[in-house]
Amino acid sequence: MNMSPSQKRDFATYGIGYLLAVVLTLGSFACVFFRLLPQSGTLIVVFTLAFVQVLVHLRCFLHMSPFRRAARDDLLLLLFSAAIIMLIVGGTLVILFNERARMM
Amino acid sequence: MSEVREPELRHAGLNLADKPREVREQLESDVFGFWVFLMSDAVIFALLFSIYGTMESATAGGPVPQHEFKISSAFWETALLLTSSFAYGMVSLSLKHTRRLVWPALWLGVTFCLGAGFLNLEVHDFLTMFHDGATPERSGYFSSFFVLVGTHGLHVFSGLTWILLMGVQMALFGLDQRTRINLIRLGLFWHFLDIIWVVIFSVVYLGALAR
Amino acid sequence: MSSAMGVLHILAGKMTLDSLFFVKVWHNPTISEVIAGGAGGLVVLGAIVTFGLITLLGKWRYIWTEWMTSLDHKKIGIMYMILAVIMLSRALIEAMLMRVQQAVAVDHPGLLSPDHFGQLFTTHGTIMIFFVAMPLLAGLINFAMPLQIGARDVAFPYMNSISLWMTVGGGILLMASLVFGEFSTGGWSGYPPYTELAFNGGVGPDYWIWAVTLSSVGAMLTGINFAVTIYKFRSPGMRWMRLPLFTWTSFCTAILMIFAMPPLTVATLLLAADRYLGMHFFTNALGGNMMNFVNLFWLFGHPEVYILILPAFGVYSEVVATFSAKALYGYTSLVIATVVITLLSFTVWLHHFFTMGQSAPINAAFGIATMAIGIPTGVKIYNWIWTMFRGEVRFTTPMLFSLAFMVTFVLGGATGIILATPPVDFMVHNTLFLVAHFHNMLIPGTLYGMIAGYYYWFPKAFGFRLSEAWGRIAFVCWVLGFYLAFMPLYVLGLAGAARRTQEFFDPAYRPWLIIALLGALLIGAGFLSLAIQLWVSIKARHANSVPVGDPWDAWGLEWSIPAPPPEYNFAVLPHVGGRDAFYWRKKNNTAYKPADRYHDIEMPKHSMCGVVVGLATTACFFGLVWHMWWLAFAGFAVTVGTVIARSFMRDVTEIIPAAEVEAHHRHWLEMATASLPIPRPLELTPENEGLAKCPK
Repeated sequence: MNMSPSQKRDFATYGIGYLLAVVLTLGSFACVFFRLLPQSGTLIVVFTLAFVQVLVHLRCFLHMSPFRRAARDDLLLLLFSAAIIMLIVGGTLVILFNERARMM
Repeated sequence: MSEVREPELRHAGLNLADKPREVREQLESDVFGFWVFLMSDAVIFALLFSIYGTMESATAGGPVPQHEFKISSAFWETALLLTSSFAYGMVSLSLKHTRRLVWPALWLGVTFCLGAGFLNLEVHDFLTMFHDGATPERSGYFSSFFVLVGTHGLHVFSGLTWILLMGVQMALFGLDQRTRINLIRLGLFWHFLDIIWVVIFSVVYLGALAR
Repeated sequence: MSSAMGVLHILAGKMTLDSLFFVKVWHNPTISEVIAGGAGGLVVLGAIVTFGLITLLGKWRYIWTEWMTSLDHKKIGIMYMILAVIMLSRALIEAMLMRVQQAVAVDHPGLLSPDHFGQLFTTHGTIMIFFVAMPLLAGLINFAMPLQIGARDVAFPYMNSISLWMTVGGGILLMASLVFGEFSTGGWSGYPPYTELAFNGGVGPDYWIWAVTLSSVGAMLTGINFAVTIYKFRSPGMRWMRLPLFTWTSFCTAILMIFAMPPLTVATLLLAADRYLGMHFFTNALGGNMMNFVNLFWLFGHPEVYILILPAFGVYSEVVATFSAKALYGYTSLVIATVVITLLSFTVWLHHFFTMGQSAPINAAFGIATMAIGIPTGVKIYNWIWTMFRGEVRFTTPMLFSLAFMVTFVLGGATGIILATPPVDFMVHNTLFLVAHFHNMLIPGTLYGMIAGYYYWFPKAFGFRLSEAWGRIAFVCWVLGFYLAFMPLYVLGLAGAARRTQEFFDPAYRPWLIIALLGALLIGAGFLSLAIQLWVSIKARHANSVPVGDPWDAWGLEWSIPAPPPEYNFAVLPHVGGRDAFYWRKKNNTAYKPADRYHDIEMPKHSMCGVVVGLATTACFFGLVWHMWWLAFAGFAVTVGTVIARSFMRDVTEIIPAAEVEAHHRHWLEMATASLPIPRPLELTPENEGLAKCPK
C-alpha cells in the first residue's frame, strides 16, 4: 500500500501517540511493580506520567492543538472545562479532608 | 469562521471546505455539540473521582484495595483499551483516505474485539472481588470504587453497542454523511474513554497498589 | 391463589391498595388526609377533564401533530411555559396551604400532620425550582433566543424535544405522587441520611430522586443545545459583542447548565445506589459520608441560582431598553458582569453549608467570594438605571415588573451579604430569615423576569397583545403580596423561628404569620389575575392583534419578522452590521423590503421520537419508584430502542419551497405597507398593528 504524504503524516500522528502512550504506561506500571521509589515518590511519578499521557492522547488521538485556528473552539472548551473541573475537584477535596481532619 | 480550510483529521472524511455555509455549520456543530456533551460527562467522572478520593480510607474494617487489585489484570486491561484506541485511530484514518468500506469496517471490528476483551477482563476482575467479599455493599470505599470503575465500564459497554450499530449502518447506508458524523462522534467517545481509563489506572489501581 | 398473589406482587411491585389516595382517606379521615386526598382527586379529575375535552372537541390529532411531535423551537418553548404554569398553580396552592397551617398552628396542631407538612414544603421547593423556574426560563430562551440571533431553529431540534418531554415526565411523576403513595419529606435538597432507606423506607424519596434526575438530565441536554446554537448558529455578521443581552445571559445560563447539572445527577443517582443497591455513599454505617451529598448538591445548587436569575437579567435588559427607547447603557460592562457572575458562581457553593464543620479560614474564603458576586450584580442595577435616565420611559406591565425587581432584588441582595458573613449565618441559618432571603432573590430575580418576558414576547408568539389593565392588577398583587408574605419572615427568622416547622409555640409569632398568610393569598390573586388576563386577552385578540410584529418599537432581530413567525422564522437569513440590528434597518428604511432572491428552506420534520423517549423514561422511573421491575425494564427498552431506531432514519427533514417562502413574505410586506405606523405613546391602543413609527 503506497501512501500519500498527508496519509503518512496522519499515520505518524497516531503511531507516535500510541508509542508514547505505551512507553508512559509501561513507565508508571514498572514504577509500582518494581517499587523503584518510596511511596510518595511513586505516587508523584505515576500522577505526572498520567498527566503527560492525557496530554499525549489529547494531542495525537483527539487532535487538540493550540496552533491551528480550526481546533481553537475545541481547545477553548477543553480549557474552560478543565478549569471548572479543577475548581470543583480541588474544592471538594479541600472541604472534605478539612472536615475529616477536624473530626479526628 | 468563513476561511477555507484544509480537510482535517478531526473532521475526517467530511471535507467541510467544499460544502455550503449552512451545511458546514450543521456538520461542525454536530461534532462540537458532542464535544460539549463529553465535557459534561467529564464533570461526572471528575466528581466520581473526588468522591473516591474522600472515601479512600472508608474500608470500614473490610477488604482493602491493596489485596484486591491485581497489577497484572490492570495492566492487560490498559493494554487492550489503549490498543483499541489506536485501532479506532485507524478507522478515522481510513475514513479520511479511502472511499471504500472495507478498511474502516475492518478496523472497527478490531476496535470492538479489543474493547470486548477489556470488558471481559474487567467483569472477571469484579467477580473475583465479589467472591472475596469486596462488594459495593461492604464499605463506602468499595461503593465508590465500583461506581467509578463501573461507570467507565458501562460507558465502554455502550461504546461497544454503538460500534455494532455503526457496523449495521455502514452496511445499510454505506458511508453517507450521517454515518460519517456518527463515526467521528464515536471516535471522540472512544478516545475520551481511554483518557478516563488512564486516570483510573493511575489514581485507582496504581495509587492503591503503591501503598 | 398464592400464585395469583405472586403475579400481582410482580406486577404491582410495592404498590398496594393502601397506596391509593382515596383509600388512605377512607382509612384515616383526618383533615390532613382529606386535604391530601382532595389534591389527589383534583389531579385525577383534571386529567379526566382534559382528556375528555380534547376527545370531545376532536383535537387529539391537532395536538399530536402540531404540538407534541413538533420540533419547532417556538412551539417547544410554549409547551415548556404551559408545563410551568400548570406546576406553578400547584406549588402556589401548596404555599398558601403552608401559610394557613403556620398561621393557625401556634400552640395548636393546626390542619396538617407533620408528615403532610413535610411533603408540602418538599414538593413546593422541588416544583418551584425544577418544574416552574427551569421550564419558564427554558421556554423563554427556546422561544426568543434563536429569533434574536437570526437562526431557523436550535442546533439539535430532536434533542430539544427529548429535553422537553423528560421535564414533562418529571412533572408527571410529581403529580403521580399525589395519586399513588406519597412524596419525600426531606426538603427540596433531600439530604441523607434522613432520605436513606434506614430512616425513610417509603417511596417518597424515590419519587424525589427520579423526578429530579429527569429534570437534571433534561436541563443538561438543553444547556448543550442552547450553547451550541449560540456558538455556531448566529446569522452572518452577528458577532459576540453584537448579541442582544438576553442571548448573552442565555449563553451563560447554558454553560452553567452543562457544568452544574452533572453534580445533581451524580448526587441523586448515588443516593439511588444507596437505596436500591445497598451501597454506602451517604449512610451512617460502613464508611458512608453524608457530607459528600451536601457538597455535591450545592456544587449544583449554587450555579443553579444563577441559572435561574441570569435569563431574567437578560429579560430586564431587553425590557428596560425597549420601554425607555434608549440603547442599553454600558452594554460591554453588562456583558462582562454576566460572564463574571457565571465564573464566580462556581466558587461560592460552600456558603450553603457554613455550619457543616469546616475550619474558619475555609468559611471565610467562601464568604468573601460570595460577597464579591454582589459587585457585578450591582453593576447591572446601575446599568439599568442609567438606561432609563432621560429615556422615553413608558410604564407598561413588563417595565413595572422590572422596576419592582430592581428595588426588591437590591433588598434581597443586602440580606444575602448579611448571610454571607459566616458568624451571622451561624445565628440565622435554618430559620425563616433564610427562607425570606431566597424568596426575596428568586421571586423578583426569576418570576418577575419571566412574567415580564412573557408579556413582552407574547405578541410575538401569538400575534396579539395581552391586556394591560389586568397586567397592572397582577403587578400590584404580585409585588404587594411579595412584601406582605416575606418581610414578616425576616422578622420571624431573626426572632428564631426555624424553617420547615409545622407548629410554633410562641404566641408572639402569630401576628407576623397572619400577615404572611395575607401576602400569600395576595400572590395567589396575582396568579389568578394573570389567568384572567390571558382569558380576557384571548377574547379581545382581534382588537389587539399586531400581525406586523413590532408592537413595542423594539430593536432586536426577533421583532423584524411577522407575529406569529413562520415555522422557518426568517424568509431570508438576516445580515447583521451592528448591535440592535433591527433598529438600524428601521432607521435606514430597509426593514420592510423584499429580498433579492428566496431560497428553499430545509426544516426538521415532526417526530414522535422525543415524546416516546421522554415518556418511556418516565415510565421506567415510575417502575423504579414502585419496584415494578417489568415496567422499569420495558420503559428502558423502549427508550433505548427509540434512540437506536431514530439513528437509522435518514429522511428527517423537509423542504419548504422558495415560492412558498416568497409568497408568505410578500403577503406580510403588503400588510406592513397597509398598516398605520404607531408612535410609542399609542402602543397600548387597539390602533397598534405592530408597525412602529420610528421618530427621526
